[in-house]
Amino acid sequence: MTGFFQSEFFHNYKRSSSAIIGSALMAFFAFAVLAGPFLVAQDPYDIAALNLMDSYKPPMWLEGGDPRFPLGTDGQGRDVWASILYGARISVFIGLVAMIASCTLGTLLGLIAGFYGGIADAIIMRIADIQLSFPSILIALFLMSAVGTGIDKVLIALTAVGWVVYARTVRGSTLSEIEKEYVQAAKVAGLSNRKIIRKHVLPNVLTPLIVIATIQVGTFVLIEASLSFLGVGVPITQPSLGLLIKNGFDVLFSGLWWTSVFPGVAIMTLVFGINLFGDFLRDELNPRLK
Amino acid sequence: MTRQIKSKPLLAVQDLHTHFHTFAGTVKAVNGVSFEVGAGEVMGLVGESGGGKSVVGFSILGLIDSPGKIEGGQILLDGQDLVSAGENRLRQVRGREISMVFQDPMTSLNPLHTVGRQMDEVLCLHSDLDAAARKQACIDMLESVGISRAEERLKAYPHQFSGGMRQRVVIAIAMLARPRLIIADEPTTALDVTIQSQILKLMRQQIADKGASMILITHDLAVVSEMADHITVLYCGNVVERGKTRELIETPTHPYTRGLIDSIPDTAERHDRLKQIPGSVPDIRNLPKGCNFKDRCPRAQALCAEREPTLTAQHGSLWAACHFPLKPGELA
Repeated sequence: MTGFFQSEFFHNYKRSSSAIIGSALMAFFAFAVLAGPFLVAQDPYDIAALNLMDSYKPPMWLEGGDPRFPLGTDGQGRDVWASILYGARISVFIGLVAMIASCTLGTLLGLIAGFYGGIADAIIMRIADIQLSFPSILIALFLMSAVGTGIDKVLIALTAVGWVVYARTVRGSTLSEIEKEYVQAAKVAGLSNRKIIRKHVLPNVLTPLIVIATIQVGTFVLIEASLSFLGVGVPITQPSLGLLIKNGFDVLFSGLWWTSVFPGVAIMTLVFGINLFGDFLRDELNPRLK
Repeated sequence: MTRQIKSKPLLAVQDLHTHFHTFAGTVKAVNGVSFEVGAGEVMGLVGESGGGKSVVGFSILGLIDSPGKIEGGQILLDGQDLVSAGENRLRQVRGREISMVFQDPMTSLNPLHTVGRQMDEVLCLHSDLDAAARKQACIDMLESVGISRAEERLKAYPHQFSGGMRQRVVIAIAMLARPRLIIADEPTTALDVTIQSQILKLMRQQIADKGASMILITHDLAVVSEMADHITVLYCGNVVERGKTRELIETPTHPYTRGLIDSIPDTAERHDRLKQIPGSVPDIRNLPKGCNFKDRCPRAQALCAEREPTLTAQHGSLWAACHFPLKPGELA
């Protein structure tokens, strides 16, 4: 570990304020997501714990605020702060799992397209091209209306949208890697294609994916929020940050702004943190920018 | 230096045709090449860029990728044809019986794996030694190619080696499974001159120690004349001349070979201009009728444009494909 603290990466990290702010925000959300249920007294989805008498309480620093509900409550008397902590769990979970799924799928397809070429390449890349000509939210929206709502359906839709960037990146790097003589040398040594892909090509095409994957978690959180806001995302029993905004949006113009603004701020901060850190990674890991 | 050719060659390439079918037309990169390599022999494959030398090497290993295809001929290893052999058989041949040394030591090692791991990979595949024995074999091999502190160096990554050291490692990897034939594709082209001669010496010593044969692919006649027992000169995918090294270098009969030899810079005499062969290699997609070399040849006559010359016996061990070959002592 001492090696890491002396590395150029860590040295640059210390000097980059955006990296520090970004990773601090990410760390904050990681903590909130992991420890959230232990930080608040109320479980917002336990109907028995809710009291309608507490509904639409403003944030505690406003008149009529209640110190039990620091960011106010919604129409069912649900603590907004607790809802955000629980909602962030769902948003981050969806973002991470969908990222891992699309990264795996996209990398696999990209390797196949780049290494074998020919008909497999043509089919995979044409699908990717067609997909890229539509806005991703539209594709996700279409898929969601076809397969129905639910966290698993959201994951499927996001994966179907997200694999393309990995496939294209991996295919490109694979094409340049297989021209290198060490891949030829591995063939000459008698290694099977699968072994060459796994041991020689895959490790050499992974670096650019780290950046894409980081930024994509933020993108997925946003797409999921949009889907939920449009009513085709997660179910009402497992509200993500996007669904919280939607629920609060109905009463936004009645002056009950805190029910949707605070979840909105939470999404913004989360995605902002991820993008700041992603930008730093891109500068660090891209040899052309050094 | 010349050793006796045994009656049955280790490798016999017979009338090999490797073509690339591109949108712009069929490229006949190798168009009827034949040669033999006896056990323990070094065969030099010489020619200009684009002459089809490397394609011959890859054809032998069955590594011609689409759009390329071996369209005809036989490649006999111990009398067994490799062209018609299946992928499984070829994978056994690669690395174990025939291995290859590449031109650029900077890219022929995987930057992400240690040298030890890359050597071990070959032994895992082609031997049934246990882990300790494999490690010892790697250490011994590294030492035999002149790398000191071999045990430590196994844990090093390729970027921690210099170019010459890396090429030693590449040679070590090629020799590991004790192949009977090594195809060296421009093994010293990317190295500077002082390292070049060290590596050549090393390769010669390695194949002599292990009784292996070698096909040395190069454009550099100086290299090949030091190393090879026999030389085959390729031009536009055809063999234009072949024979024993000494006769071919001293008294070549084909004007192209003559031109190649003349274009080696001579340090003893100072010229204002270096000698060259005029013109360049013709478009290999539509080769002219007759002799491929006629447009650049100082001896070309009407016959050359009409009929393609075939390999015919010349003086000594030489065979050349020329209608008007040079006699010994005659200058082009």
